[in-house]
This record gives sequence, C-alpha cells and structure tokens, in this order.
Amino acid sequence: MKFGVIRFPGSCDEVDALSACRRFADAELLWHADRDLHGADAVVVPGGFSYGDYLRAGAIARFSPVMESVEAFAREGGPVLGICNGFQVLCEAGLLPGALLPNVALRFVCRQVEVVVENPETPFTRACRRGERLSVPVKHTTGRFYAPRIAEEQVVLRYAPGHNPNGAMDDIAGVCNEAGNVMGLMPHPEHAVDPFTGSADGGRLFESLATHPGLGRSRSSLVGA
Amino acid sequence: MRIRVLIRPKEGILDPQGQAVERALPALGFTGVEHVHVGRLIELDVPDPERVQEMCERLLANPLIEDYEILTLDSPAAESNGGAP
Repeated sequence: MKFGVIRFPGSCDEVDALSACRRFADAELLWHADRDLHGADAVVVPGGFSYGDYLRAGAIARFSPVMESVEAFAREGGPVLGICNGFQVLCEAGLLPGALLPNVALRFVCRQVEVVVENPETPFTRACRRGERLSVPVKHTTGRFYAPRIAEEQVVLRYAPGHNPNGAMDDIAGVCNEAGNVMGLMPHPEHAVDPFTGSADGGRLFESLATHPGLGRSRSSLVGA
Repeated sequence: MRIRVLIRPKEGILDPQGQAVERALPALGFTGVEHVHVGRLIELDVPDPERVQEMCERLLANPLIEDYEILTLDSPAAESNGGAP
C-alpha cells in the first residue's frame, strides 16, 4: 500500500505527512506540476500555504496539474485526505462541502486540541471508536468551517466541548464527502504520531488507511468496497 | 475594458473583520456606524467583459461564502483618485 503526498510551492507540512505515512506504509512525494500520481493508493494533500494562498486559501492550488489527477482519482473512489491547507484546497475544488473562513478571533491559533470521532465508519477513522477523543494540534488563521448544510454522517470529527479554536460551525473539525472517500480536517494528525511530541493519536488516521483491506492490491477504489 | 470586481462576505455569514472595524470607529468619535463589512477589490483589463461573471464564479470569488459585484470603468484615468492629472 502506498501513500502519495502532494508538494505545492508553499507547502510546509508535506515532510511530516510523508514521515507519518511511512510509519504505516510506503509513501512518496508528488510534485504539483506532475499529473502522474505514481501509483498511489491514497493521496494526502498536506498543510501549508499552497501558491502563497493568494486570493483565498487553496483557490489557486486547486487548478494545479496534480489536482486534475487527484480530482479524477477521488471521483473514481480513491481515498484523499486533506489536512489544513489541504482541506481548504479540497473545498475549493468542490471535492468536499463547505468552505474555511478566517478564525472568529482573527488570530493565528497554534495549540493542542481534542477532537471527538463522530463517524468511525470512514476509511480514515476505521481504527477509531465512535466518541473516542484524539489529541492533535491545530495551527491556522483560516479554519472556521462553514457549510450551508451538511449531513450528520459527513461530520467525521468535532472539536471536544470547549476546544473549538476558530468558531467553526457546530464545532466541526473534519468532514467527508457523500461517498466517504474524501476527508478534510483542520487539525494536524501528521504532527501527532509520536508520544515524544505529546500525542500519537494522529497516527490512527494514517493507520486506518494503511490497513484498509480494500487498498494496496492494485485496487484503490473504496466506493462500494 | 477596465473592470472592477467588489467581493464581500455573503449576508448572514459572520464577518469578524467588519465587526472589529465597527467596534473601533466609536473610539475615534465616529458614532452610529452600522453594518460594516470588509471585502476585497480586484481590478482587471479584459478583452471580453461578458466573461467576468464566469471568472467570478470560478475563481475570483467563492460563491458559497462571498457575494460579488461587477463594475465597468469607463477608462482607468477617469476612475483614478489621487493620481497626477
């Protein structure tokens, strides 16, 4: 099973994401100008400031050559995980519902938060229990999730009571698409994969994908799997 | 053709920047100011103004969270304020 981790100009968390993936499976970096996903079974769109976040966070990156392939991969059922800026890119691309707005306090927040697993039946959270709390860091200025409407089963993670760092609607920290094969979250699971940094809880998301029985044997579609 | 696009947060979506400005004005003696919203201004020269709306829908604005308004400027000089005559 192999992860592909995208690197845009301005990405800054792709190396941590790559290391997190490599704890559980093979992984390689995918360059933004390259349409070839190099046989990845799952794609991670990492955090950072893709293309400088000019105009709106993620607005330019969504038109990059690699994203054309990621969109096709996602529409065929391939699993795609967007973290922070990657979440913003996937929303701009229309692969996830909603948008990310500036934090209510208009400040950059960087802190450890607890999130509750609301839906453990996604390819990204299957190693978790419903209601389980995960300790992961957030670090962003534009993380206030908003969607005109969203089905409850698409809410994968919620900030634990009192932990919402940005004013996100209904404390939503992570969502998936209707098919369940695309997920985005503002917290950074890739920064929480070793107890040395305070928590290894983030590893559960990478482990969920790496151990998925539908992945890694020349099949990458999770829809209907 | 010179075009100016004004982009602002959609009505009903919390605009903390607008609120911060609204709260700051009374401290300077500007009382009674309401409904302050902070947005973005994009100016562009386009060969085909008919296509600006499509540009707004696909890139310049995010219609889920932003409203946009397209203004046509007669000429860049006519709209300039502060430049040398």
